[in-house]
Amino acid sequence: MNDELRAPIAFTIMGILLAIVGFTQSWSVSLSVINLCIISSIMAIGVNLQWGYGGLFNAGVMGFTALGGLTAVLVSHDPIYEAWDKAGVGIVISAIIFVLSITALLFVFRNIENKQIRNTLIILIIVFGLIGINNFYGPSIDIIESINPAKTGFLGGLGLPIIFSWLIAAVVAGLVAWVIGKITLRLRSDYLAIATLGISEIVIAIVKHEDWLSRGVKNVSGLDRPVPYEIELQQSEWFLNLVEIINFSKLEAMQSLSSRQDLLNDLVIDSSGIFVKLCYAGLFFSVLLLIFYLSQLALNSPWGRMLRAIRDNEEAASAMGKNIFVQHLQIFIIGSAIIGIAGAMLTTLDGQFTPGSYRPLRFTFIIWLMVIIGGSGNNLGSIFGGFFIWFIWIEAEPLSIGFMNMLAGGLEYDNPLRMHLLGSAAHLRLFIMGLLLLLALRFMPKGVIPEKIQKK
Amino acid sequence: MENFEFINAMVLLANFVIVPALSYGSQLALATLSLTIIYGVLRFSNFAQADWMSFGTMATILFTWLFQSAGINAGILPTALLALPFAIIVTALFCLLIDRSVYSFYRKQKSQPIVLMIVSVGVMFILQAVVRFIIGPNDRKFFDGEKYIVHALDFKNYFGLEEGLTIKSTQLITVIVALVAMISLFYFLQKTKLGKSMRAYSNNEDLALLSGINPEKIVIVTWIISSILITTAGVLYGLDKSFKPFTYFNLLLPMFAAAIVGGIGSPIGAVIGGYVIAFSEITLTYAYKKFFVYLLPESLEPSGLMQVLSTDYKFAISFIILVIVLIVRPTGIVRGKII
Repeated sequence: MNDELRAPIAFTIMGILLAIVGFTQSWSVSLSVINLCIISSIMAIGVNLQWGYGGLFNAGVMGFTALGGLTAVLVSHDPIYEAWDKAGVGIVISAIIFVLSITALLFVFRNIENKQIRNTLIILIIVFGLIGINNFYGPSIDIIESINPAKTGFLGGLGLPIIFSWLIAAVVAGLVAWVIGKITLRLRSDYLAIATLGISEIVIAIVKHEDWLSRGVKNVSGLDRPVPYEIELQQSEWFLNLVEIINFSKLEAMQSLSSRQDLLNDLVIDSSGIFVKLCYAGLFFSVLLLIFYLSQLALNSPWGRMLRAIRDNEEAASAMGKNIFVQHLQIFIIGSAIIGIAGAMLTTLDGQFTPGSYRPLRFTFIIWLMVIIGGSGNNLGSIFGGFFIWFIWIEAEPLSIGFMNMLAGGLEYDNPLRMHLLGSAAHLRLFIMGLLLLLALRFMPKGVIPEKIQKK
Repeated sequence: MENFEFINAMVLLANFVIVPALSYGSQLALATLSLTIIYGVLRFSNFAQADWMSFGTMATILFTWLFQSAGINAGILPTALLALPFAIIVTALFCLLIDRSVYSFYRKQKSQPIVLMIVSVGVMFILQAVVRFIIGPNDRKFFDGEKYIVHALDFKNYFGLEEGLTIKSTQLITVIVALVAMISLFYFLQKTKLGKSMRAYSNNEDLALLSGINPEKIVIVTWIISSILITTAGVLYGLDKSFKPFTYFNLLLPMFAAAIVGGIGSPIGAVIGGYVIAFSEITLTYAYKKFFVYLLPESLEPSGLMQVLSTDYKFAISFIILVIVLIVRPTGIVRGKII
């Protein structure tokens, strides 16, 4: 097939699939899928920058997503003044001790040559740092967590509009990426994968267990929305008029005034849900377009060409005087920042932050599938991968249940085999994902929309 | 009395730190060995290894059930030990099947290690689906036989101490089985012709091919050894604690950490790394309050729990050690890339 035609065909098919869901299930479902597809695409672009441009294997996508989500909470939630009054000082002091100890450690590590003195100093700093932090930290978090534990029990956030968190999430994720990159990027490529796998588990452990920070597994719900609430829409004049105008012919067909009113009420409720989702879709789509545009610019700039040169032949690039470590660090930070943005967007869409829901399969390896099946090195491919794989991930469940029903068709209703088959249907989607990845790697290693090799 | 205080403190430490860490360390060492063997011979980091562990354990549980329903048991030993060899055969066959249908293609193409790593992610998905499909995602205990070798209460009464020492039979079995497995592996690698050719192949593939070593044979042996080690590790872990696919998947990180800490590609390093990670996880998350209460005079008794890190951060520990090793000694404790 002509490579030029691949992208339009792929996206047309994707559109048709989403339209089928719209017609057979409902447009509301279709829009929910689309919103998550867009977020997945953004994550996929982030991973694509790292893998497709830079050849870096980041197995910690989940961690950066969760960092984004955490940022959304910390930026948008109102501050809990009571907690700050009673225990803010303790937390700030422990934070200061923490930062001081790290700085001291770095200083000792860099400047003291004598091994014996260095090691003694390091141990002393760690011991005193831990004692100092424990003195202030433990009592403070007890106080914070005891303040209205059913509703808050944490420090709260900055109380800013949640949309700001998208930017701040990029900064936070980028900073964490900088630290990890500094440590691991000088080593073999596997180490980065394993280190990022580790850091993502730690991030999840922190957001799960540090209740003073974001309530841990008790979740933070009822976050701000950047779009109107359904109930507000249902009560506003302009929205009612809009629904009336759009559905004019349907309403006209109604005979009595009361049935017309009932239909209008139903329509208003349905449309308000769809309208909210459309608002989200609009917002997300603008972010996606912006990130896509910037990534394309970067890809075609001298910087992007240099990155690909490094990816394809490190020795040659190094001989040309390119600093491979610095370039890798840059692309790792940028990619992680984009994943952080997507994480904040995801929490915004959910309206809640649920640390328990972060699983590596769903948030790391699925994203990898999107990049590889979409086409590593091609941003358009990543967007397609994001849509396609997320669509399959969502629709695999009903399809597997249907498939299992077919398999178990001849069996009695309470046959144990039938029960087992239906009960395990949900796991079939893991199988589908694995199979898709293996098939793609084998028969379509460049992905659905392959990277364009520019020749000049 | 002073002496008793000291003995009590030591028994406490043995009961809650040394014995559990020794058995967990042995399980981790076996699992890491299998990861290392794959890495050394086939040259990729196998992300699916933790799920091979689930698969092997699942096969063992199925055989255990079969034996139990047929009335076969091993007396005071868990039935799972009887089931283990059969499960290993099943796991090895499935490993070879996956190798034939998936990995061998990339080997022939001489793909980069990172491609094989991504392929192993695909295998990971498939294995997770297969395990969950067959046995479900829930927690399962499959231990039977005699539970304790030394019971805390008997120990206390016998020695007249305040603290008791419990040694579960699974812990002793773990240590013995792990030792036997490790010794036979090292004997195999160092003394037998096949083991030597495996090491040669791992050291320098082209040279090994020139001297007439059959690569396909090496690959098959590697997968078989890996299945033996990983299934044994999984069964020992499951007997000691319980079997749950998600918990097993989470062992991937400690396994990788142990492999790198020990020196990636080195079997001795894998064993050392396994014990280092296990001991650090347990010593750093244990609350030493009671220990110090025994040892120190009353005026100096600690007020807090005397815990370095809360148990919620077990993951963090393997990672922190990993980072420290990466900074201080990137080659790991035992230098060397070959098995």
